Amino acid sequence: MSWDYFLNHSPALIIVIPLLAAFATPLIGRFSRKAMYIWITASLALTEIFSIILLYGVHTEGTMVYVMGANPYNLSVPPDSGGIPVRIILTVDSFGAFMAFTASTVALAGGIYSIASEHSQTGQEKYYALLLLMLVGMLGMVLTGDLFNFFVFLEINSLASAALVSYRIDKGVAVEAAFKYAIISSIGALAFLFGVGILYGEYDALNMAMIAQRMKFTDLDKIVMALFTVTLAMKAGAIPMHYWVPDGYGKAPGGISAMLVTASQASLYGVFRVSFTVFGLSANTLTLGWFLIILGVLSMFVGVTMALIQHDIKRLMAYHAISQTGYMLLGVGVGLATLGTAAFNQYGLAAMEGGIFHIINHAMYKGLLFLTAGAVIYRVGTSDLNKMGGLAHGMKYTTIFFMIGALSIAGIPPFNGFASKLLIYESVYQFNPLLSIIAMIVSILTLASFVKVFHSAFMGPKIYDVKEVPKSMLIGMCILTFFIILFGLFPNIAMTYLVAPAAKALANPLGYIARVLGGGA
Amino acid sequence: MSKIVRTQASFLYTFVLIFGFYIVAHGHLTPGGGFQGGAVIATGIALVVVAYKFDEIKRRIKKTSLTAAEGIGLLSFIIAGISGIGVSFFYNWLANSGLLFGESVTYGINPGYLNTAGTLPIMNLAVGIEVLGGLGVIVLYMLHFVKGGERNAA
Repeated sequence: MSWDYFLNHSPALIIVIPLLAAFATPLIGRFSRKAMYIWITASLALTEIFSIILLYGVHTEGTMVYVMGANPYNLSVPPDSGGIPVRIILTVDSFGAFMAFTASTVALAGGIYSIASEHSQTGQEKYYALLLLMLVGMLGMVLTGDLFNFFVFLEINSLASAALVSYRIDKGVAVEAAFKYAIISSIGALAFLFGVGILYGEYDALNMAMIAQRMKFTDLDKIVMALFTVTLAMKAGAIPMHYWVPDGYGKAPGGISAMLVTASQASLYGVFRVSFTVFGLSANTLTLGWFLIILGVLSMFVGVTMALIQHDIKRLMAYHAISQTGYMLLGVGVGLATLGTAAFNQYGLAAMEGGIFHIINHAMYKGLLFLTAGAVIYRVGTSDLNKMGGLAHGMKYTTIFFMIGALSIAGIPPFNGFASKLLIYESVYQFNPLLSIIAMIVSILTLASFVKVFHSAFMGPKIYDVKEVPKSMLIGMCILTFFIILFGLFPNIAMTYLVAPAAKALANPLGYIARVLGGGA
Repeated sequence: MSKIVRTQASFLYTFVLIFGFYIVAHGHLTPGGGFQGGAVIATGIALVVVAYKFDEIKRRIKKTSLTAAEGIGLLSFIIAGISGIGVSFFYNWLANSGLLFGESVTYGINPGYLNTAGTLPIMNLAVGIEVLGGLGVIVLYMLHFVKGGERNAA
């Protein structure tokens, strides 16, 4: 049990810990509720620690390969397999580790937050088991190197999320939202599975690296590409397929809404991983890149305009989540469109970095905003903005946290949203000025919309005699605020250690393939 | 249900359970495995629930014990996976070790030895326990709306 051991096994351990914790939670919850809370917090914290170990691992060793059930653990191509990676292989490159860090941080905040916010609900042991399973799904999606395995974790994630959305039955409205979400994600997952089946029939492989290497890009593969990108974009909540997002995010408990953001981003990771690693070598990346850009611009613009007219605080934020997803699609789409050309090094990579940086920033500030919205609903009991007002009198910390989140989402310095948005504006402007201008307008509209929320919820005369929310909810918000301010004041730290390696790893499918098929050494 | 159905159901219940556990135990040798066997066992539960009144069954088959079975099955599955973590997660350290399920098999046709395959039968058993619990709970929840049943399952 040495440091090397933990480092080498961290890709598996980071999935195992929440999985074990999830299955043990109902048993522990039978005996003592307090022990269960400690258990949940400890396991989420341990997952967070392992995500940092994972970041350290990919930083020092490059892409890590972990083969389930193999001896030794990194034997991706056994000598008697004929050069085919046969087992389930976890492939962790910088982008995967980056996503794992994002997901586990938000889950830690959401988990701690839920201790107080769901305190009076029944069936809590199931809630936490599902919360941990949802985290397992996200981590599995971002760490796996196997398409079928990706589908399995996608399903784990979808089912756990759908069940959690319906957790507060809310006279059946939440159940309806969850049902919609479950149907949408099942259809998406089945279409994804169909695509995996086609690829398996064609190339006798499920490993992403193996498929990418054997890719001939026939017409069938084009169908697969369409299936993958569309279904995963649907799960990520990009605009023409966004209809489940407002219901799902809006009706989930606060901590879960924050985690749903990262769950969508895990699907977004799928879009990027599939388009770069699996199809990036053979497909016409300009077309695929423009596809993502158009999705992104549509999401940005339609999302924010829909958000402007909402008066339900969580639905409004959900539409903003769609809108912000557009930035990521735009940034990475520009990177994909310029992949392999001279323009890539000029501004394509910077756009990708902006898009990827925006992923973690969005997870943090949108997570924080959902947590504050949950806190408001926890105290006021309604999510209707027209019925709120004057909450700043009683809920000082929540108000401050909301302000930080709102300024960050609008891209105001010194918060983290500014850093990534500036990167996107500057690089995308060189690609196509119009796109950059749209992105800026969207940002202004976002600010306008959050000024409205701030004003109607927190400003004005005292209507409700409310107290501040309990400590654990504040701690949950505090964790996310810490990262918002850290990445806002020192974006270079995030850029050097998190974002730039992730963008480089994503843009280098050959390195990924060589690492997996080269025996993981 | 009528007396004929009830008698038949009580008679068949044992065999359904035995057949289910047979499928679970032979998961590494014959078609089927933990999930399929567990599903067969759950059909046994469905059979008696349909044949008898829901209230009578509720006293015999406790929902809490089924959910406990679910948790224990899942836990033992993941622990079986973790037990190989010395080499790698899910490493089959029991196979060919001479211990439990550790008999080695010579290459070629054989009638199928139960005491082989290492951690696989353990995982099958774990999945079997999990599925009988999970599907059992689902069956109970669905069938408590059967006529004559009590409306409130909890």
